[in-house]
Amino acid sequence: MASDVMTKLDPKSKAAAKGFSDLTIRNLFIIPTIVFLIVFNIFPLLYSLGYSFTDFRASTNNPAKFVGLQNYRDLLSDPFIWKNFSITAKYVLISVTGQVVVGFGLAMLLNRTLPLKGLITTLLLLPMMLSMAVVGLFWKLLYDPNFGIINYFLGLGKFEWLADPDVALWAIAIVDIWMWAPFVMLLSLAGLSAVPKHLYEAAEIDRAGSLYTFFRITLPMVAPILMIAIIFRTMEAFKTFDLAYVLSSQPTTELIAIRLYKMAFQEWQTGMSSAFAYIVLIMVVAITNIYVKYLNKVKAR
Amino acid sequence: MADIALEGISKKFGPNTALRGVDIDIKDGEFFVLLGQTGAGKTTTLRVIAGLEKPDTGRVMIEGQDATNWNAAERDVALVLQQYSLYPRLTVRGNLEFPLKSKTQNFTPEEINERVERAAETLQITRLLDRKVERLSGGEMQRVSIGRAIVRNPRVFLMDEPLSALDANLRDVLRVELKKLHHDLGATFVFVTHDQVEAMSMGDKIGVMNKGKLVQVGTPDEIYSKPLNTFVARSVGTPPMNLLDGKLEGDVAVIEAGGHRLPVNEPTAKDGQAVCFGIRPEDVVIAPDAPAKGRVFDVENHGVIKILTIEAGGEHIHATVSAQMKIGIDDPVNFGWKPEKVLFFDPQTGLNLGLS
Repeated sequence: MASDVMTKLDPKSKAAAKGFSDLTIRNLFIIPTIVFLIVFNIFPLLYSLGYSFTDFRASTNNPAKFVGLQNYRDLLSDPFIWKNFSITAKYVLISVTGQVVVGFGLAMLLNRTLPLKGLITTLLLLPMMLSMAVVGLFWKLLYDPNFGIINYFLGLGKFEWLADPDVALWAIAIVDIWMWAPFVMLLSLAGLSAVPKHLYEAAEIDRAGSLYTFFRITLPMVAPILMIAIIFRTMEAFKTFDLAYVLSSQPTTELIAIRLYKMAFQEWQTGMSSAFAYIVLIMVVAITNIYVKYLNKVKAR
Repeated sequence: MADIALEGISKKFGPNTALRGVDIDIKDGEFFVLLGQTGAGKTTTLRVIAGLEKPDTGRVMIEGQDATNWNAAERDVALVLQQYSLYPRLTVRGNLEFPLKSKTQNFTPEEINERVERAAETLQITRLLDRKVERLSGGEMQRVSIGRAIVRNPRVFLMDEPLSALDANLRDVLRVELKKLHHDLGATFVFVTHDQVEAMSMGDKIGVMNKGKLVQVGTPDEIYSKPLNTFVARSVGTPPMNLLDGKLEGDVAVIEAGGHRLPVNEPTAKDGQAVCFGIRPEDVVIAPDAPAKGRVFDVENHGVIKILTIEAGGEHIHATVSAQMKIGIDDPVNFGWKPEKVLFFDPQTGLNLGLS
């Protein structure tokens, strides 16, 4: 994808070459990038496409045997894989909805004049800066049934957040919401502050109620940027691995990425997992495309 | 329809004082224009009337009731702004319906439709009703914005420089239409502008504002011919009134610059007093036998008239003359004034001595 964009840039553009000749720019920036992309992205992508049609196992020395579409057939008819997909869908839905609601709510709060607004905003943004694995580890401590601070504050006794098969996925989603709601907040805040103040005044003069104003003015004005936040978060949530892997090993929290990891690096079914990865890739691209189409429609309105 | 009174309104924004004790009386059905420079406090006054700003001191009376603590919705006013403030992503119809559709209003769909159609017809925007507001020209947007005000049938129309963002031709057209609208609706209009032509041509009453104070209120005629002080004198009329420092000696004005002696009628200043003489450019007379001598510094041809800038003793004096007059830059010229038109101002306070 990125390489397409790069090659479409006019190599003779003068604006890009302030102080550098076009040739220097090419040699210094573009060629290394393209080489890097080919070695680390394009080549593995194509290579794994090849593997996905074989029964290759990286753990043995047996030569790969071509099996055609057998891997895809097996995967798509495997009920356990579909279970992983539905878990992931549920996770994406809970997590992204939570992030949008919490993030947008925070943005609405921060959009008015508050004392120490800058400090509060900065503090709210901190979770986003942390590493996923670190967040996972310390939330594991917070959730701990024996000494976790969450049960202590909520008075839940020895409630087992991460061991309870029904609750574990929600627990992971809560952590994801905690971590990424600020991202939605940041984008929403940008959208909200771009709504001209005189529109609100006009609505006030026109005797519109606050809900009416919210749905007729605020939301439509913020919608495009909110959509961008949602698309980013959906893609990220879809490929969540580290957070869920660190927090819980329940079968009910086995997201696609975790299943894929297990298949590839614990069961060493390299060919099969390559096919799996391709199925996931096609789904993500499809979902994103539908979404982008919709986004453009919203923007055009 | 309502009369509005502001009583001793003051308003500060942080360290800046926007309004200092403003008193205004606006009668029911009046077209009241607030005229002043940027930062004079016109818009703040309007926002105080609208209920968008709370005054620090003073009262806002609407129909004799104390409305100071009412919010904008309770005051039942309509506001038209320079930047149109149309609701984005809605059609023209959506914008016109907006004030009628909110939960607090109880209009049936038929009523809404009828009002929208009527407003659209009044403003000649019926053909635009289903267009998105983003696809309108500036003039059309302002019409929609005015339309949104009239569907409501508010007690008062407040307009904050509604024509300033439009080009000159459109401004003239809409000016006439607004005036007609006012006539047809019979509603109270409060109109803020920095454009003295708008103020003079539209207002029943003009309030001239300066530095947060209302300097003078009066009909356009009064403001033009009996300005309270030099500030008001210079804020209406193009080119502005000439102000010449000098001294009164009996029936003769002695102009400081150049020492010209010009006759005056019924002087309202004392003999021998230092006076600032005010004379409108159209009352400056160019004639071969006129008493003062000068030199033409600049000529602006406006088609109907010519505006001369005369240099006399280091002062520039404007005069309007017929466009037929043949005169060029640097020509020597003799000028005088119509003695009955001269105004006398105190050179220190700027107050009109004829009014006090």
